Amino acid sequence: MATRAESLSLAPPHKRWGEVVIKAALAACALVSVATTVGIVVALFLPAFEFFQEVSFWDYITGTEWAPLFLQQSFGVIPLIVGTISVTLWASLIAIPLGLGSAIFLSEYARPRVRATLKPALELLAGIPTVVYGYFALTWVTPHLKDLGLGVGVFNALSAGLVMGVMIIPTVASLSEDAMSAVPRDLRYGAYALGSSKLQVSTRIVVPAAVSGIVAAFVLGISRAIGETMIVLLAAGQQPNLSFDPREAVETMSAFIAATGAGDVPTGSTEYKTIFAVGATLFVMTLILNFFSIRLVRKYREVYE
Amino acid sequence: MNIIETPVQLAQQRERELPPPELREVVFDVSGLTVSYGGNPALKDVSLEVYKNFVTAFIGPSGCGKSTFIRCFNRMNDLIPSASVGGTILYHGEDLYAPHVDAVEVRKRIGMVFQKPNPFPKSIHANVAFGPRVLRMTDDLDGRVERALQQAALWDEVKDRLDESALSLSGGQQQRLCIARCLAVEPDVLLMDEPASALDPISTTRIEDLMHELKREYTIVIVTHNMQQAARIADMTAFFSVQIEDGKRSGVLVEYDATPTIFTKPADKRTEDYVTGRFG
Amino acid sequence: MSAAALSAGRRRGVWRGRIFVALLLLSMAVGLLALGTLCVDVLQRGLAYFDSVLLTNGPSSDPDIAGARPAILATLYLGVLLILFTVPIGVGTAIYLEEYADRHRWYNRLLELNIQNLAAVPSIVYGILGLAFLVRGLGLGRVLLAGALILTLLVLPTVIIAAREAIRAVPSSIREGAYALGATQWQVVSRQVLPAAIPGIATGSILALARAIGETAPLILIGALTFISFNPTVMGPFTALPVQIYNWTKLPDEKFKALAAAAIIVLLIMVLLLNAAAIWLRNRYQKRW
Repeated sequence: MATRAESLSLAPPHKRWGEVVIKAALAACALVSVATTVGIVVALFLPAFEFFQEVSFWDYITGTEWAPLFLQQSFGVIPLIVGTISVTLWASLIAIPLGLGSAIFLSEYARPRVRATLKPALELLAGIPTVVYGYFALTWVTPHLKDLGLGVGVFNALSAGLVMGVMIIPTVASLSEDAMSAVPRDLRYGAYALGSSKLQVSTRIVVPAAVSGIVAAFVLGISRAIGETMIVLLAAGQQPNLSFDPREAVETMSAFIAATGAGDVPTGSTEYKTIFAVGATLFVMTLILNFFSIRLVRKYREVYE
Repeated sequence: MNIIETPVQLAQQRERELPPPELREVVFDVSGLTVSYGGNPALKDVSLEVYKNFVTAFIGPSGCGKSTFIRCFNRMNDLIPSASVGGTILYHGEDLYAPHVDAVEVRKRIGMVFQKPNPFPKSIHANVAFGPRVLRMTDDLDGRVERALQQAALWDEVKDRLDESALSLSGGQQQRLCIARCLAVEPDVLLMDEPASALDPISTTRIEDLMHELKREYTIVIVTHNMQQAARIADMTAFFSVQIEDGKRSGVLVEYDATPTIFTKPADKRTEDYVTGRFG
Repeated sequence: MSAAALSAGRRRGVWRGRIFVALLLLSMAVGLLALGTLCVDVLQRGLAYFDSVLLTNGPSSDPDIAGARPAILATLYLGVLLILFTVPIGVGTAIYLEEYADRHRWYNRLLELNIQNLAAVPSIVYGILGLAFLVRGLGLGRVLLAGALILTLLVLPTVIIAAREAIRAVPSSIREGAYALGATQWQVVSRQVLPAAIPGIATGSILALARAIGETAPLILIGALTFISFNPTVMGPFTALPVQIYNWTKLPDEKFKALAAAAIIVLLIMVLLLNAAAIWLRNRYQKRW
């Protein structure tokens, strides 16, 4: 129309300040996550650094006696790490095979309607608060293990490990299932056309093709187990114990942090700083595992998407 | 439309009704336009003029850069980060890509209809009213909506159900809705990127008839892979083709002339090959 | 191969296949059985104490009159504050990453990596973050608001990821159509993209909320105290439902363990309702593009 064409200047009538402000506000939102990471790093490593001025790092990392609150102080972190690994081991023994099995079932065998009912049920498992799992481990699993005559103590690593394993099954299952569904259908059809059975297609074609995603799922599951607090706090005990015997009580890194942090340790003391030193150790361990997992996921996503 | 007359005859008849060259007003003056995506040239060195109240068609095989070219006219290539544009397009004498130019202002005046109808998941009224609302043209909004729908030949079909979802319309109706959406902001130019290729023949005919009507008030540029469509509706036709240089494919403008000329006595052999390949 | 050998091989294959499927079904069954056992056990133990006393009384050293009212209220307040904080920041971050950020810039890619990593950091580390910055830094003290802030940071990555997916699901043809009409970037985002993404964002937020109200470790660390008998306020000391459950479970008296089970029933009902709401939302607004 004539009038529009004649108002010819294509410059904006006024600088669009609103747009600039909005972009800044949105970027500020994004910075919150950056601030969180910076905060975590500062909160952990600054006091941890101070701690290692007072306690030798070598003693810490190789010492086999953890007794920060006793008169005869000892700051060897290995018992806590052993406790963590012990529980994580049992958790992985449950979660990895059962998680993978569930994933294969849901991805390759289940009919759509079955899948539609079972998948949410698994997700429900993931939605149960960990304190509830801890309660279950303490009040149901431990007594039943005792009844089995295994000789477990009131607090023991096995109960916590088993229940933690069940809690992690959905994590392993859903990430594995994602990886398996990303495998193109044509790969399966090709194998079926050659006369393979479902078992062979699942185990020899799909799982190997999805292996980086599946390994990522395992790694993420282990990472979650390492960092889990409530189940071990309630069921595994609060006695540092340099033993892999699952019937004995152990203290994990996370349990120590929770118990000490909630207690009356004077702020600023060396004992107080153990919270941060152990926290930093825990954080570094899960960081390494998480990066591994993220990279593996990226690998399989790149191949198929 | 007399079905005995071929599209070319219709084109010749239209040509007689066009203003002579000295009276034509230039809307777009393109010179040396080159578009690259991440360093790979998609379109090389295009120069032509688009005239006011003409229907100008870009035809050519797929991959020759027609869509890329038309998207330069309303700065839609800005949305693709890897795209870079060289050369100039003058719009009524003003460089579209000058640094002070605001893409929003450009798009107010130069509207676009896409190949696949893309109505918003809102009501019919909200779809047409969206443009005027974001451009603060909210006086007499209902009137604007009605006028736009009338111009797009859709009003009678939807006037009783303006609050229904736009997605409940048929493909052809949705495309006319998209045209109405553009018209509601009172543009100067209408760009159409293969507007009927996703539609059935009857809807296609309606859209083509619409273009005849619309060109009285608007300047229309259309990309089409259907040569007969170009012959039926275009006043000027530009033929693009692919050239391979150093192993890289890029699009080039081969020939640009009045439609009857392109289809009956093309100057370039490539044009002739393309055009006769379909006409027979 | 002889026909007999072929069919014998095939029979073995069929058996192997059947055993395999049985093993797979077993895998699924264990998890579901555990879930079932847990629910049955909690109900058995807790139903006796699941009554109005639980909901109206404060904690007490006498299990017969003890209740979880302050804890339940605190959890509700935490939930409301959580939504108020997380949704704007999470959606804002998601919009920035999807619509405004240039994917090729290193700092934007780092931002994405950062968020992915934060999603997998153990919750107790967030507790340490809260402890460090409250006792020393902000000086907020061990108050409800601090708990809400820490939980916000904890679930923020989840909300961001869910919001990004919802935004990404909006077809680019809608954006193109809006831009072509002369809309500015914010107009396209606020008037077309966000409205279409709201169901997905809501679903993700509700799921994040369901997770947050079950979190215990961070709250323990920042001092959700054990014995609060008065109703919580935003800037006052507090205890949340999962922390109350933890405290009751720790006590040797069997009656407190039963009380804990009752409180667990309340918590599970909340979590279940939220999950159901999210699933309902997801199904209702499943857009067919």
